Amino acid sequence: MKLGNIAHSRTGDKGNLVNISVIVYDQKHFKRLVEVLTPEAVISHFGDRIKGGVDRYLLPQLGAMNFVCHDALEGGVTSSTLLDKHGKSMSSYLLEMEVGKV
Amino acid sequence: MKKIRIGSGAGYGGDRLDPAIKLMQSAELDYIGFECLAERTIALAQKEKLRDPAKGYNHLLEYRMEKVLSLAFQNKIKVITNMGAANPVAAASVVKEMAMKMGLKGLKIAAVTGDDVFEIVKTMPDLPILENGLAIGTMLDKMVSANAYLGVGGIVEALRQGADIIITGRVADPALFLAPMVFEFGWSESDYELLGKGTMVGHLLECAGQVCGGYFADGHQKQVPDLWDLGFPFVEIDESGFGHITKVSGTGGIINKATCTEQLLYEIHDPAAYYTPDCVADFSRVEFYGKGEHVVEFSGASGKPATPFYKVSVGYENGFVGEGQISYGGYQCEDRADMAIDILKKRLQAYDFEALRFDLIGMNALLRTNTGNNNFNELRVRVSGKAKSREEALIIGREVEALYTNGPAGGGGATISVEELISVVSVLIPKVLVTPKVTIETV
Repeated sequence: MKLGNIAHSRTGDKGNLVNISVIVYDQKHFKRLVEVLTPEAVISHFGDRIKGGVDRYLLPQLGAMNFVCHDALEGGVTSSTLLDKHGKSMSSYLLEMEVGKV
Repeated sequence: MKKIRIGSGAGYGGDRLDPAIKLMQSAELDYIGFECLAERTIALAQKEKLRDPAKGYNHLLEYRMEKVLSLAFQNKIKVITNMGAANPVAAASVVKEMAMKMGLKGLKIAAVTGDDVFEIVKTMPDLPILENGLAIGTMLDKMVSANAYLGVGGIVEALRQGADIIITGRVADPALFLAPMVFEFGWSESDYELLGKGTMVGHLLECAGQVCGGYFADGHQKQVPDLWDLGFPFVEIDESGFGHITKVSGTGGIINKATCTEQLLYEIHDPAAYYTPDCVADFSRVEFYGKGEHVVEFSGASGKPATPFYKVSVGYENGFVGEGQISYGGYQCEDRADMAIDILKKRLQAYDFEALRFDLIGMNALLRTNTGNNNFNELRVRVSGKAKSREEALIIGREVEALYTNGPAGGGGATISVEELISVVSVLIPKVLVTPKVTIETV
């Protein structure tokens, strides 16, 4: 199953940093996602795009988690040569992730 | 208990105006905020101001105020905006002129300044750049602007002096919305719990349409009705910091727990520590409750004391970006696009471009991940790189364009662009060095 089947997501940027929120549609999937959707899984999903580390923050009451991805925009919106300088599309790519049976 | 209504009229500098007008006409607002400054906007505006001392404010100021001023006057709605950019004083005098012509007698227009700390930063060359640790002194010759993210102080002072239209330069985005709460409810500048609650509300509002289903709709699980006619949000909040967020009925969009949660975490790092000049807000225990159609109540935000520093955005000249694009379609288009990139790599290797990249739009320009779906109807080659001079940056686009006659078959729609690159880094400076200033003029 893809992450997008059970959760929605939004990207924000600050400098060379991207944050990606992941929010489950149904609270019953949250616990399982906490196990599967680790910072390491996010780093590996994005290949060489995220050059720094990833921090994860949990907000269980909202069924939400927030991934802060360091050095992920090749310089950030004011200096990068990327087409998507904000990383707006990254949330949708994250939703492509296979999360197994939930 | 006292309650006020605050609307959000713009989520970025070029945002639509009609949803703001609808809010001002129908939402019985007390205040409306227009957030119009992105990270580097002020640096670009500063360059304009250097060319013409009467400019350097938001390009849409006159366009917006043409409609906003009379509504603000008639419906007694106070307007707070950072459309002043690099020149709030010039913006305020433009607005005063407009208000005089419209006969809006007695309207008070305030400019809040003090965010421009260019001269202060120049005297502190040892300040470390937050992004890379280097001293700011290493780039003094390239600096074009330095602006501190001010808090609510200047805006609240303007409100105390009776201002109706308040035009600022750089302030923290949520401060545009927190300021009226602090003023109306008499919140203390050291009541961090309340400041944290108000900051959370400001954060929900500051991107306007984004909490109403904009940057949200996917056409599947996240259905948003009438996205073309997206309404903008407003909150009704009481002096305890409790309230709800909603939008004008009859407008497009949707406000529910999901839109609020996405916006709560937008551009946030540690939800327990959202740094602003007024407090370190804590969103980690926020809860949302759906209360009927497009009405969401919020609770649980709090805050801790602010740090003794202002964050300062420093704009600097970072050379030029050159870009060229050309499309290939139809029979074996992927092979011809690959050929084009191979040619361009060889043609451009003689130059010293930085961050040179070759993308295939439609295949890998947003992310390099290969999805395995390689059956393309068309592909667009995109080459982008940084150069020290405009002339050198232009070479990229010229080489792409030359593929019309010198490259693979059937290349079409070539475009060339060169843009001066103004980049931004951040430093911290002690708050004691900065004094917000308010100047008010009455029509």
